[in-house]
Amino acid sequence: MSSSPPVRNRTSFQLSVVLLPLAVAVVFLFAWHAAVRMSGSDIFPTPFEVLRGLGELAGQGLLFKYVVASLFRVSWGFILAVLIGVPLGLVLGWFRPAFSALNPFIQILRPISPIAWIPVAILWFGVKDTAPVFLIFLASVFPITVSSMAAVQNMQQVYLRAAQNFGLGGFQLFRRVIFPAALPQIITGIRIALGVAWLVVVAAEMIAVNSGLGYLIIDARNAGKRYDLVVAGMVMIGLIGLILDLLVRRLEKFDEVRWGYGQR
Amino acid sequence: MENIITVRDCWMSFATKGAQIHVLERIDLDVAPGEFVCIVGPSGCGKSTLLNIIGGFLRETKGTVAVEGAPVAGPDPGRIFVFQENGVFPWLTVEQNIGFGLLSRPAAERDERVKHYTAMVGLTGFERSYPRELSGGMRQRVEIARALAADARVLYMDEPFGALDFLTRLKMRADLIRIWQAEKKTIVFVTHDIEEAVQLADRVLVMTKRPATNAEEVRIDLPRPRDLDSPGYLAARDRIFSIMGMDAHGGGA
Repeated sequence: MSSSPPVRNRTSFQLSVVLLPLAVAVVFLFAWHAAVRMSGSDIFPTPFEVLRGLGELAGQGLLFKYVVASLFRVSWGFILAVLIGVPLGLVLGWFRPAFSALNPFIQILRPISPIAWIPVAILWFGVKDTAPVFLIFLASVFPITVSSMAAVQNMQQVYLRAAQNFGLGGFQLFRRVIFPAALPQIITGIRIALGVAWLVVVAAEMIAVNSGLGYLIIDARNAGKRYDLVVAGMVMIGLIGLILDLLVRRLEKFDEVRWGYGQR
Repeated sequence: MENIITVRDCWMSFATKGAQIHVLERIDLDVAPGEFVCIVGPSGCGKSTLLNIIGGFLRETKGTVAVEGAPVAGPDPGRIFVFQENGVFPWLTVEQNIGFGLLSRPAAERDERVKHYTAMVGLTGFERSYPRELSGGMRQRVEIARALAADARVLYMDEPFGALDFLTRLKMRADLIRIWQAEKKTIVFVTHDIEEAVQLADRVLVMTKRPATNAEEVRIDLPRPRDLDSPGYLAARDRIFSIMGMDAHGGGA
């Protein structure tokens, strides 16, 4: 931070951080508009038609309803994954026999795409909220578990030795040293998992339920090729995904974990 | 006086990739209560290994290692290790780190001790800082204060100033001597820096290269603060250089 070159004043900072992305957005929207016009397509929407579609959805109260529905499912699946994944990862990272016993099993389950679980989820939970919550849980529990596990295994030995030197053992050792030492890497895992969870909720809603942004996309296409609403749904997914990531990134700014992210 | 640390015929070997590496052979060491002993030797000679055995983090292959009248069975809160790579917890503030070994004490006593030792190592005003906001020398001060606050009777210091710049190192040595004289702790200090050993120690154990054995012990009977140009200082330094097979100008003997 202190090493930023002095010539970069406030104005040039605003130029690169605000104006450049804005310029790219304007060019992109114009190119999009021109491409639709030149192709003569009356199905694929222009940016303006997408905006009008968003307005229409908002007017009907559907936009808010679908966003809440999607966020609700993500929250449940994701919170369950954190509550189970973090303690499980800490235990697996610390107790070697637990790691030996469970790690192969986890490594086999992990590469199975949550999408592949959709038929199974519908079989077990039917077409209601439980199925997508289960899928989001599955999608996020593995990155969280694995990053928590790796965080404990890669913990600097000097912290452990210092803790043992002060007579810490058992739960106190976990609470006062192992957990805080692992926390920065756990948060990184949580951030990755939230991104994956948001990808999965949309896919799950396309199949297993009848509300939410994923449902909006598939429903708008099936019921009359409303591609303005399809793209409107995509835009909302992108924006909310960005907001979720920014929120989790804020966790990395806390003093208790900032040490773990290098000097930037 | 009864020795606080007794090492007798200590052997240590590691098994790595099928080969046995002999690190220590027939090491003997006695440390009296309140004594400041330095262990010097060439890099990789096993002096850190010896300190880790005495500190309870490693188990000797053969021999006896007893501290405070009992064989060493593991690390002990009364005998705190100060690590070269700095064992200060980065998720705690300076005062939380210094108070780390005191959590079973009443809050008032804890605050009192934290305050006292923060001042002793010259970190007053940095109580709420995090280690990443401090210099390397300040972080080592936090670690020393953490050991002192916990009322450790013995400090094991493993090249604690090795990562610091030259001037900071000089200052840290002077401060360590001041603290040691005030607190009457027993200190075993490992370093590869002969000058450092002669500036600090009552007695220097010189080890040979691996497998390390006791080469010799040099008693440094010089008043403190030590004059680094005095004949006694230079003689002790040159003596250790020659035990290690070097002359004081860096040439081989």
